[in-house]
Amino acid sequence: MTSYLKEIFTDSGNVSLIIIRFFTNILKAPFEVKELIRQCYLLGYKALPLVGITGFIMGLVLTLQSRPTMVKFGAEAWLPCMVALSLIKEVSPIITALICAGKISSGIGAELGCMKVTEQIDAMEVSAINPFKYLVITRILATTLMIPLLVVFADFIGILGGFVGMNIHSDISLFRYLNKILESLTFLDILPATIKTFFFGFFIGMIGCYKGFTAANGTESVGKAANSAVVAASLTIFVIDMMAVQLTDILFKS
Amino acid sequence: MIYNQTQLPASISYQFEIEVNDLHKSFGKNNDILKGVTFRVKAGENLVMLGKSGSGKSITIKCLVGLITADKGCLKVFDIDITKLDYNQLNKIKLRVGFLFQNSALYDSMSVRENLEFPLRRHSTYLSDTEVENAVTEVLKSVGLLDAIDKMPSELSGGMRKRVGLARTLILKPEIILYDEPTTGLDPITSKEISELILSIQKKNKTTSIIITHDMNCARLTSDRIVILKDGVIYLEGTYTELKQSENEWVRSFFE
Ligand SMILES: Nc1ncnc2c1ncn2[C@@H]1O[C@H](COP(=O)(O)OP(=O)(O)O)[C@@H](O)[C@H]1O
Ligand SMILES: [Mg+2]
Repeated sequence: MTSYLKEIFTDSGNVSLIIIRFFTNILKAPFEVKELIRQCYLLGYKALPLVGITGFIMGLVLTLQSRPTMVKFGAEAWLPCMVALSLIKEVSPIITALICAGKISSGIGAELGCMKVTEQIDAMEVSAINPFKYLVITRILATTLMIPLLVVFADFIGILGGFVGMNIHSDISLFRYLNKILESLTFLDILPATIKTFFFGFFIGMIGCYKGFTAANGTESVGKAANSAVVAASLTIFVIDMMAVQLTDILFKS
Repeated sequence: MIYNQTQLPASISYQFEIEVNDLHKSFGKNNDILKGVTFRVKAGENLVMLGKSGSGKSITIKCLVGLITADKGCLKVFDIDITKLDYNQLNKIKLRVGFLFQNSALYDSMSVRENLEFPLRRHSTYLSDTEVENAVTEVLKSVGLLDAIDKMPSELSGGMRKRVGLARTLILKPEIILYDEPTTGLDPITSKEISELILSIQKKNKTTSIIITHDMNCARLTSDRIVILKDGVIYLEGTYTELKQSENEWVRSFFE
C-alpha cells in the first residue's frame, strides 16, 4: 500500500515537472518545426480512418438505440438533435480520446521507451541536442493540436452516421436533418466540449512521452511503458472529462 | 575547421586533456560502483580501459559527458571542471567530446545519411546543403561506408553500425573520443578493421581517446597506455607490454 502511494506521488511529481519543462522550453529556440509537422502527420493524419470508422458507428448506433425511447415519448422529431448533442458534447470527444490513448499514447510510449533502452536518447544528449525539445515537445504539441481536429472530424462523421441511422426507419433529407441539428445547437454546447479536447490531446502526448522517457533499461520495460501509457492516459481522460463537466456546470448554469 | 566554433586556441596551456579525480558513484545504498577512480589522459593519447563486466567502465566515461552525474569527485575535461557547469556550458563541452556507444545507438527511424546530418544541421546551421552533403560523404568515406549512405540502420551489420556510429561522432570533429567496447560482438577480422580505424582517426585528427575493451588485439593495436578498473578503483596502469609481463596472475589472465 505505501509503495503504491509512493509510486502515485512520484509519478505525479514527475508529471508536474514535465509540464513545467514543457512550458518553459516551448518558446525557446531552436524550434523543431519539421519534426512537429512530421509528428502531426504521423499521429494525427494516420489516425483518421480509425477515428472516422468509430465515429460513424457511434452516430449510427446512438440513433438506432435512442429511437424506441424517443418514439415512446412521442419525441421522434427531437432524435437528430439529441444524437448530435450527445455526440458533440460527450461521445465523440471521449471515444476519440480513448482510441487515441490506445493508438497514440502507447505508440509514443513504445517508441521513446525503445529509444531510451537502445541509448538513442543518450546519443542525442551527448551530441548536445536537447532530446526533450526534439522528441517530447514536438509530440506533445502534435497531439494537443491534432486530437481536437480528430474530434471535430469524428463529430461530422458521427452526425453522418446518425443520418444513415435515421433513414433506416424513416425518410428524412440530409438538408432537413442538418437543419434540425443546427437549429438546436448553441455555441455553449460546442465550446466546453472543444476546450476539453485540447486537454485530452495534451495528456495523451504527455503521458506517452513520460512513460517512454522513464522506461528502465531492458526490452521488457518497453512493453511496460506502452502498456502503462494506455492505462494512465485512459484514466486521465475520464478524470479530465469529469472535471470538465462539473466546471461547465458551474460556469454556464442557466 | 569550419564545423566547430568552440575550438581551442593554438597553444594548449594544460597538460592533461582529461583528469578524473576521486570519482565516486553508487546506485542506491550498499551498491557503490565507483569508489575513487583517478586517472589522467594526455592530449593525443589513447588510453585503454580494462576491467571485468559490471566493474563500472561505462559509468566512468558516461560521467565524463554528463550522461550520469557523479556523486563525488572532480572531472576535468579541457581543464574545465564539468561537474560545476550548467546545461548550456556542458553542451559546449559535449560538442568537443565524441562518444561511441556499445550498441552504436543509431537513430532507427532515420537513414544513415539522416543520422549523420542530424547533429550537423543542428550545430552548424550556417552550412549550406552542399556543404552538409560534402561533410557527410567525406566522413562516410573515411570510415569506408560510402555505399551504405541511403540504407536504414536495420539493414546494416554490426560492424557497419559501429562505423556509422563512429562517422556520426566524427562529423562534429571532436577533440576527444570515448569508445565503449568498439569491437565487442564483432568477428576477429572486422574487429581488427575497427581497431585500425580507431588508430588512423587518432593519427589523422590528433584526437585523445579512452577506449573500453575486452579485446586484447584491439588493446595491443590502439593503446598508448592501459588502466585496469577493479573494485571501483584504478587497480593498475601501464603499457601493454608491461602489463602482459605483470607478476600479478589476475592481470595476466586478461591477456590469455
Ligand atoms: N542506472 C543504473 N541503476 C542501477 N545500477 C546500475 C545502473 N547503471 C549501471 N548500473 C550497475 O553498475 C554496474 C557497472 O555498470 P557498467 O559501467 O555498465 O559496467 P561495465 O564495466 O561492464 O561497462 C553494473 O553492475 C550495473 O548493474
Ligand atoms: Mg559497459
